[in-house]
Amino acid sequence: MTNAGQNSNYISGKTGDWEIVIGLEIHAQVLSSSKLFSGASTEFGKDPNHNVSLVDAAMPGMLPVINETCIKQAIKSGIALNAEINKYSVFDRKNYFYADLPQGYQISQYKYPIVGEGSLKITDANGEDKIIGIERIHLEQDAGKSLHDQHPSKSFIDLNRTGVALMEIVSKPDLRSPEEAASYVKKIRTVLRYIETCDGNMEQGSLRADCNVSVRKPNGDLGTRCEIKNLNSIKFISQAIQYEAERQVEILENGGVIDQETRLFDTSTGETRSMRSKEDAHDYRYFPDPDLLPLELSDSQISEIRSDMPELPDQLVERLISEYGITKYDANVIAEEKEYVHYYENSAKNRDGKLVVNWMTSELFGLLKKNNIQFNQNPISPNYLNELVELIENKTISGKIAKDVFEIMFATSKSPKMIVKEKGLEQVTDDSAIEFFVDQVINENKDKVKEYLSGKDKLFGFFVGQVMKVSQGKANPGLVNKILKSKLK
Amino acid sequence: MSNLLQFSISEVLSLLEKKEFSTKELVETYINAIEKTKDLNMYLTTCFDQAFEQAKISDQNYLNGSQRFLEGIPLGVKDMFCTKGIETTASSKILKKFIPTYESTVTQNLWKEGAINLGKLSCDEFAMGSSNETAAKGEVINPWNFEEKRTPGGSSGGSAAAVAAKAALAATGTDTGGSIRQPAAFCGVVGLKPTYGRCSRWGIVAFASSLDQAGPITRNVSDAALMLQVMSGYDPKDSTSSNKDVPNFYNDLGKSIKGIKIGIPEEYNSDGISSDILNAKDMTINFLKENGAEIIPVKLPLTKYSLPVYYIVAPAEASSNLARYDGVRYGARIDGNSLDEMYENTRNLGFGDEVKRRIMIGTYVLSSGYYDAYYLKAQKVRRLIKNEFDEIFKQVDYLVTPTTPTTAFKLGSTQDLLTMYLNDVFTVPASLAGIPGISLPIKLDKNKLPVGIQILGKDFDEQGLLNVAQVIESCASFKDTPNGVAS
Repeated sequence: MTNAGQNSNYISGKTGDWEIVIGLEIHAQVLSSSKLFSGASTEFGKDPNHNVSLVDAAMPGMLPVINETCIKQAIKSGIALNAEINKYSVFDRKNYFYADLPQGYQISQYKYPIVGEGSLKITDANGEDKIIGIERIHLEQDAGKSLHDQHPSKSFIDLNRTGVALMEIVSKPDLRSPEEAASYVKKIRTVLRYIETCDGNMEQGSLRADCNVSVRKPNGDLGTRCEIKNLNSIKFISQAIQYEAERQVEILENGGVIDQETRLFDTSTGETRSMRSKEDAHDYRYFPDPDLLPLELSDSQISEIRSDMPELPDQLVERLISEYGITKYDANVIAEEKEYVHYYENSAKNRDGKLVVNWMTSELFGLLKKNNIQFNQNPISPNYLNELVELIENKTISGKIAKDVFEIMFATSKSPKMIVKEKGLEQVTDDSAIEFFVDQVINENKDKVKEYLSGKDKLFGFFVGQVMKVSQGKANPGLVNKILKSKLK
Repeated sequence: MSNLLQFSISEVLSLLEKKEFSTKELVETYINAIEKTKDLNMYLTTCFDQAFEQAKISDQNYLNGSQRFLEGIPLGVKDMFCTKGIETTASSKILKKFIPTYESTVTQNLWKEGAINLGKLSCDEFAMGSSNETAAKGEVINPWNFEEKRTPGGSSGGSAAAVAAKAALAATGTDTGGSIRQPAAFCGVVGLKPTYGRCSRWGIVAFASSLDQAGPITRNVSDAALMLQVMSGYDPKDSTSSNKDVPNFYNDLGKSIKGIKIGIPEEYNSDGISSDILNAKDMTINFLKENGAEIIPVKLPLTKYSLPVYYIVAPAEASSNLARYDGVRYGARIDGNSLDEMYENTRNLGFGDEVKRRIMIGTYVLSSGYYDAYYLKAQKVRRLIKNEFDEIFKQVDYLVTPTTPTTAFKLGSTQDLLTMYLNDVFTVPASLAGIPGISLPIKLDKNKLPVGIQILGKDFDEQGLLNVAQVIESCASFKDTPNGVAS
């Protein structure tokens, strides 16, 4: 079984199956109001060069001072990824010239990162758990932005992003398919958003990934890898990996060799192309930044953060399953976003958890998607979903009527109780009222009654349907059955 | 008052308090002195209008009895310190017309206590040099035997010369491998390099971050104590600055040195060392003995590695620190057809030869494949040198050495580069170890040039250093003045 499952990840080439080996470097912008080494704001969307301090602009004599919040955020992220927190870490300078890099070097961590080895549980293509190794997390400064399309002959520089703190989360080469890579990025994003160390906003560039991709014969020696730089959506990550793996297979099967190189993904063509070869790689001349002392953490600093950790997605999934009796699949869907969890837990209070999860993941998510509405703009409050499920549970309305009520709730944000009352949608549970509907149907279908009584049992369903129709769906189906049976004797 | 230029800081403070003269008169006198010594090429920029404005405030404060610690003291500032609204070039073409919008912490500390800025003093370009010959606006001339056109030393050549020529009552300097102590020795003044971390580096143009340290250059030891007290202190903006308490250096002067142990390291000697310098050392040893100190010959065998280690570590840091001068945001820009070409043009014309040389050395020693053999090894040896000092300071309290192997040489006479670099052979070890050092004049040599002696001490023991220095100062009674001095 396991083998068959793994095979579905393989690329089948002319010479047989190929296994894809993927390692990811995720750059996650640290959630913090000021930059890693300066007091400038990190607010997104400000006018160019608005959030720039003297340090960010690398004025003569300016010195970096570490932002304690960013350190805490990195530790928190490390704990959430089951990783070792290094009590001793060092900031290094990575030297290269570029117009949007004012210092002429990026302050990063090279030999001694703040977070060491960890792991993350993801769900693979077969719905099975898979543990992905984390190599390290280090802190570094983001660069600025070069704008080449503002002027025919000049480039413009925006330093707002310069010096903003990034966590580089490096995975081990444990991922085996574009789907696994997507699942891994999603999970990292979920975890960081949970613990509020990164907003995970990929469109704004708060989370981006470099993908290292190689192919090999199943379980053979590792192949030469190529690095695809700076992918800012989960879709692009999958596409780029798929394309790149197929490209490599084709080269190898035609007797070629893979050049170790850095590649770019062209989102318009869905292809990767060479950016620079290994020979052109920069010599970054890393060395410890003499402006900063090594970062030394005490056990108590770390344990304080550890004891303050919020519930993590994996723990939450376990709790949702045991507390609400929902499936693992549903629990995972709910756990994907913190706001889903809040919503779910509020709407499921004293209700049947399974019923609520179905309403939320199929009806609610369906309508939101259809109407292109973000979850945080959701017009139905959790209290009202709770109320709706209550109406179903106490048989005030049927499931079918509930769908109509739900659509009205979605359009008007009104309470389901009020909608049911206003529209008179309460289920009819009064025997005499149902008898009245039944009699009407029998009178109008005398020939069908005859056929039924002569043995055509299948017609019973027809009578039920007719009664429901006449009652405009409000008759309690159980009672309808019972009364019909007694009258059709 | 006959000649206000003759007074030291402590004398001036008490005379101003007694209203013997006004700050305005004092500032006027110094401005005249600066005009008269113009040929020595010491000031790159002057700010006399501002100085007069400040003098008014100082005089008012004396009138009100609310004078601050250095109220009315006219100073010169090495051009490595960023000064708000005043051109700051680090003596480099690449920072031509650069006017900072901020004030360095050390100079801010001085102005906050009432000191007055007369202007910016020349130095070697980016403080890289031992003769002031790499300054973009030309070398400073040593006021001693000025007609012979000798070097004031470097890199704080302008600062030392200005104090010696009485064109500033005192000056700030920076020392990376001897840049305060060596010019102080060449110009016959007192130069103090504090412990690394004693003074904030914020706002000082960086040369080699792990070595750079600001300090005072003054007429005498007690002035150095007064200046250091104000310049020092923890600065949250500099992660490497120390939060150790700053003692009252001036008030605590004058303690007996009876019984203290002075080490004389045998390695601080060289083939070319002049007999005058050796004689100054012997004189110093005698002064110390007369005052009850115990003299102990010691060995510091790693001393010989200091210079090679320094010429790896300092250029490595400089190559990275100077990357920001790229023509993109401030300072000079020479356009080109591409970004790379603009970088090349700007940096090629903006930097002088010595700076380029050190950037190249630094880039080389950090390159992959060479890092371990050069930079990493140098850092290890640096650690061993520090350990060696720590060990020796378990046996002795202070070390006494010559400051330089020679006295001031003639400008343009030097020499090959290695000879030039050897100027720092006695000052570099303390820089690598981060320990404090002070140079003070003892006598004149046969060419009537000052000879300096250096005292080294434990981390953050500037107080002890100043005490010992003051004892030697009073014994040496060095009263000569250079002929290139204003009067």
